[in-house]
Amino acid sequence: MADALVEMRGVNKWYGELHALKEINLDIAEREVVVVIGPSGSGKSTLIRTINRLESIQEGEILIDGERLPEEGKGLAKLRADVGMVFQSFNLFAHKTILENVTLGPVKVKKMGKSDAEEKARGLLERVGVAHQADKYPAELSGGQQQRVAIARALAMEPKVMLFDEPTSALDPEMINEVLQVMLDLAEGGTTMVVVTHEMGFARSAADRMVFMDEGEIVEENDPESFYKGAKTERARDFLSKIITH
Amino acid sequence: MLEFYTEYWPDYWDGTLVTLRLVVISFTLACIIGVIIAGFRVSPVPPLRSFASGYVALFRNMPLLVVFFLAFFGVGDLGFVFGPFPTAAVALGMYTGAYMAEVIRSGINSVSSGQAEAGRAIGLGFIPLLREIVIPQAVRTVIAPIGNLFIANFKNTAVALTISVFELTYISRKLINETARTWLSLLGAAIIYTVILLFAGWVFRTLEDRYAIKR
Repeated sequence: MADALVEMRGVNKWYGELHALKEINLDIAEREVVVVIGPSGSGKSTLIRTINRLESIQEGEILIDGERLPEEGKGLAKLRADVGMVFQSFNLFAHKTILENVTLGPVKVKKMGKSDAEEKARGLLERVGVAHQADKYPAELSGGQQQRVAIARALAMEPKVMLFDEPTSALDPEMINEVLQVMLDLAEGGTTMVVVTHEMGFARSAADRMVFMDEGEIVEENDPESFYKGAKTERARDFLSKIITH
Repeated sequence: MLEFYTEYWPDYWDGTLVTLRLVVISFTLACIIGVIIAGFRVSPVPPLRSFASGYVALFRNMPLLVVFFLAFFGVGDLGFVFGPFPTAAVALGMYTGAYMAEVIRSGINSVSSGQAEAGRAIGLGFIPLLREIVIPQAVRTVIAPIGNLFIANFKNTAVALTISVFELTYISRKLINETARTWLSLLGAAIIYTVILLFAGWVFRTLEDRYAIKR
């Protein structure tokens, strides 16, 4: 990994007394798909939220494509535009139509013309399979459809890396696959992705690397097959036994 | 009774027009001030937050009459003399603006943090985030309280009679003095206020229904 797209160097974060991220060092290469896994409260969501600085850090540094994440202001907004994010609870803009959700970033941040942005947005909505819903409002769509729109919204910014924070955890079971399928297509298309998920099927078929976190630190990094078959660390094996036996 | 109103209708009409002008200008000003002060109150810049809190504390805790007297006689005493109408419009706008700021701030707080995070995540800066995401959603949840403020602001224009703005209440008092028919003079103003505000209430209810966010 000569040129990492995302570099985390000695990152530490505290919430008051709680040491939420402990000395995190993580490089993510271009076109790499990294799945972050770990028990609830292990810091995995916090970790990916620091990558676009939705969470601040107290120590260390994070570089996106060689540029250090600024503290605040215009520079930060600009770097954030290069990092797409998909949330557990979708967070589509409730007062805007599906199409407007996808065009907002390109028009307001990238200053793209409205008709160009709409054309592009319709293409993306087509790609995630919700093109016919373009003029509806988010609440009129199912959770799976909303999450696919959220992916299209992030892709519209042509980000260098896509972050997924438990993208299927808020979905009814029958809608999980439609979202995972879109993510698999992205992974196969070479999108750089960091995904917090417990979806083993996705991890096995898409992930280049598994990152197991516990109590704010990265405990183990491994390829998915080796990780699921025989994790190196006791903590990872213990965690896997809890999620897999049922 | 009818003769009274046919005879003095032109006076009521003039007064109503002055009241309406005062309402439009002061309420527009209140909306502008409200958005700016509320923006300051939620901004990441501490001095702006302090300024906004100070503004709200100042104007919300003074009787409106004192605001009017300060703006007219007080400011006049300092050597800055403005006419009664502009003074009333600005004083009332600044007064209602403090309440407006509180209403908008509560609306901003009602927008879920995930909405703002999603906006930040696509690269919106603080101002575009407020303009595109937070305020449009906040405004929808505050249409009803803004309607209340509008009605209060409308009725508060009556205080402008104390600095000789010839608005509706001033006119009815003038008619009392001229005709000595106290009951009829006041009833005319009361009916006009009520009819206009019933209509305004209906407009705000309609807006509320139309712009309710589907959740």
